Amino acid sequence: MTNATALIAEDEPLLAASLRADVAALWPQLQVVATVGDGAQAVEQALRLRPDICFLDIRMPALSGLQAAQALAEDWPADHPFPLLAFVTAYDQYAVQAFEAQAVDYLVKPVQSARLDASLQRLRERLATRRAGPASAEALDATWTQLRALLAAAEPAARAPRLEVIQAQQGALVHLVPVDEVIYFEAADKLVRVVTATRELLVRMSLRDLAAQLDPQRFWQVHRGTLVQARFIATARREDGGKVRLTLRGRPETLVASRLYAHLFRGM
Amino acid sequence: MNPSRHLIPRGEGRGLLQRLGIVTAVALAIAGIQFAFSPRASAGMHGFSVALVYSLAISIAIWAAIDPVRYLLRGPLRAEAPGYWPPPGRAVVLVAVGTLAGYTLGTLVGDAWAGRSTLELLQRDQRRFYALLASAAAVSIGFVAYFHQRGHREALEQQAREARLALLQSQLEPHMLFNTLANLRVLIATDAPRAQTMLDHLIGFLRATLAASRSAEHPLRAEFERLGDYLALMQVRMGPRLAVRLDLPASLAGHPVPPLLLQPLVENAIRHGLEPQPEGGHLEVSASLEDGQLRLRVRDSGVGLAPARPGAAGFGLTQVRERLQTRYGAAATLTLEPLSQPPGGTLATLTLPREHP
Repeated sequence: MTNATALIAEDEPLLAASLRADVAALWPQLQVVATVGDGAQAVEQALRLRPDICFLDIRMPALSGLQAAQALAEDWPADHPFPLLAFVTAYDQYAVQAFEAQAVDYLVKPVQSARLDASLQRLRERLATRRAGPASAEALDATWTQLRALLAAAEPAARAPRLEVIQAQQGALVHLVPVDEVIYFEAADKLVRVVTATRELLVRMSLRDLAAQLDPQRFWQVHRGTLVQARFIATARREDGGKVRLTLRGRPETLVASRLYAHLFRGM
Repeated sequence: MNPSRHLIPRGEGRGLLQRLGIVTAVALAIAGIQFAFSPRASAGMHGFSVALVYSLAISIAIWAAIDPVRYLLRGPLRAEAPGYWPPPGRAVVLVAVGTLAGYTLGTLVGDAWAGRSTLELLQRDQRRFYALLASAAAVSIGFVAYFHQRGHREALEQQAREARLALLQSQLEPHMLFNTLANLRVLIATDAPRAQTMLDHLIGFLRATLAASRSAEHPLRAEFERLGDYLALMQVRMGPRLAVRLDLPASLAGHPVPPLLLQPLVENAIRHGLEPQPEGGHLEVSASLEDGQLRLRVRDSGVGLAPARPGAAGFGLTQVRERLQTRYGAAATLTLEPLSQPPGGTLATLTLPREHP
């Protein structure tokens, strides 16, 4: 059996070095293949190096630990076992409650040796089970359900007031688009693309903030970068790797629902 | 939680029982005095029990018709937290109706016990009847005025306590504290002298934070020293990602400011400006005298002001504005602006009236 590999994502340099040293002392065979300081690098390096375990700090620049986990779940190649995730947090009450509720591995900073040892022991066992045979579809579904619950818990509890009209600025002109006419929203760097049957506009806000102001019954999150108005979805077809391809009413292009959100599309 | 779900708002029940206790005690005292000075004191135990029953029944009935009722009918009475007293017009109606209703009910109970009829008294000796009613009204108005005053004072004290607690909680942010301790734990094993320095900064920061909720002002020199402690902790945590410059002219070092007024601005600059930026950046805090006013600036080269984020009205900024308002009124301002010149970022400017220590 080849040595297990791990990635450490922690933005505070001293803490990253110390976690690396502690892990090396307690599990010498575990090979740390990368130590990164922000969430975006964590995703990039993990996709490149395909480690068995990812230690993800919750509060990091660029992407939070949870957002990084979401990106990994959506972009991870289907023919490779999804890494075991262990979250690290200094103090995030809601996150810790969610980790407990979902039985997810997590470490609390300052990381104490006994606690780290127990955590590594559990990871070792889970890795051994996984290596004994390929993960069943049920086990993978359970992973996605777990991750969805964590992401939901991380959302701000109090939802902002509902938005009825989108206002998109273009030079001196502001376009007003009733939310009801929007077929889908798509994240584009720090902007959001607003697509209706007849036009496309850009608004300067994050998809996350926008989602908080929309009715989740009407606008479905189908990917970390896509919100679709449900009544405009015509068909959904399951593809390889758990993704779902969506055709739309009023738009020729198709959208992809990631495996995290594939559960939304099941015959009644 | 919707407050109207409870008949009596949470936390008000204890005060209610306390006031019932005071009313009962005063009613007992009145009965004693009445009996002692009564021309028919010779009536003995029976006479005392009659005075006692009248006094208790009338007092408690009037209390019940006013005090719990203002909670139960707080909707139509417009009695709102804190204090739950209706506005003056409605309060007069409540006290008048409550006194009359309570007096009538209490008198009927007393009559039943004593076996006589006060209604007859009304026909026989009107003056005596109205004198009784007027004294009952005077006592009930006295009680209302006293309880109102007491409730008002308690509400003010409660508000001040909550403000102090909120300030303390915002400054002792657990996330910051535990991350700092985690770094300290690492340094103890790897670099003891540096751990000691870091611990000294942490002690300075904690001492200042705990003291700030109690004192009204300190000199700018102390303000900058405390910011220095905080920033030194953040530099250990963020490593080369955080560069800091503190600029305080010697002539302004003694100028008084509310303690840790700049702290939330510096925290915001790090938390919302520099921390989200993978490469970090620099932070500059400066004081200067311009147009006879004190200008304090916190400038960062971070990600800049987020476009209006719903529901995320900065607690730190609100708190700084409230403290300015309390201390200086309209004479002080806080502005926040994005910096368009590269490398971008945010500038927070505090303008305070010049004071002579």
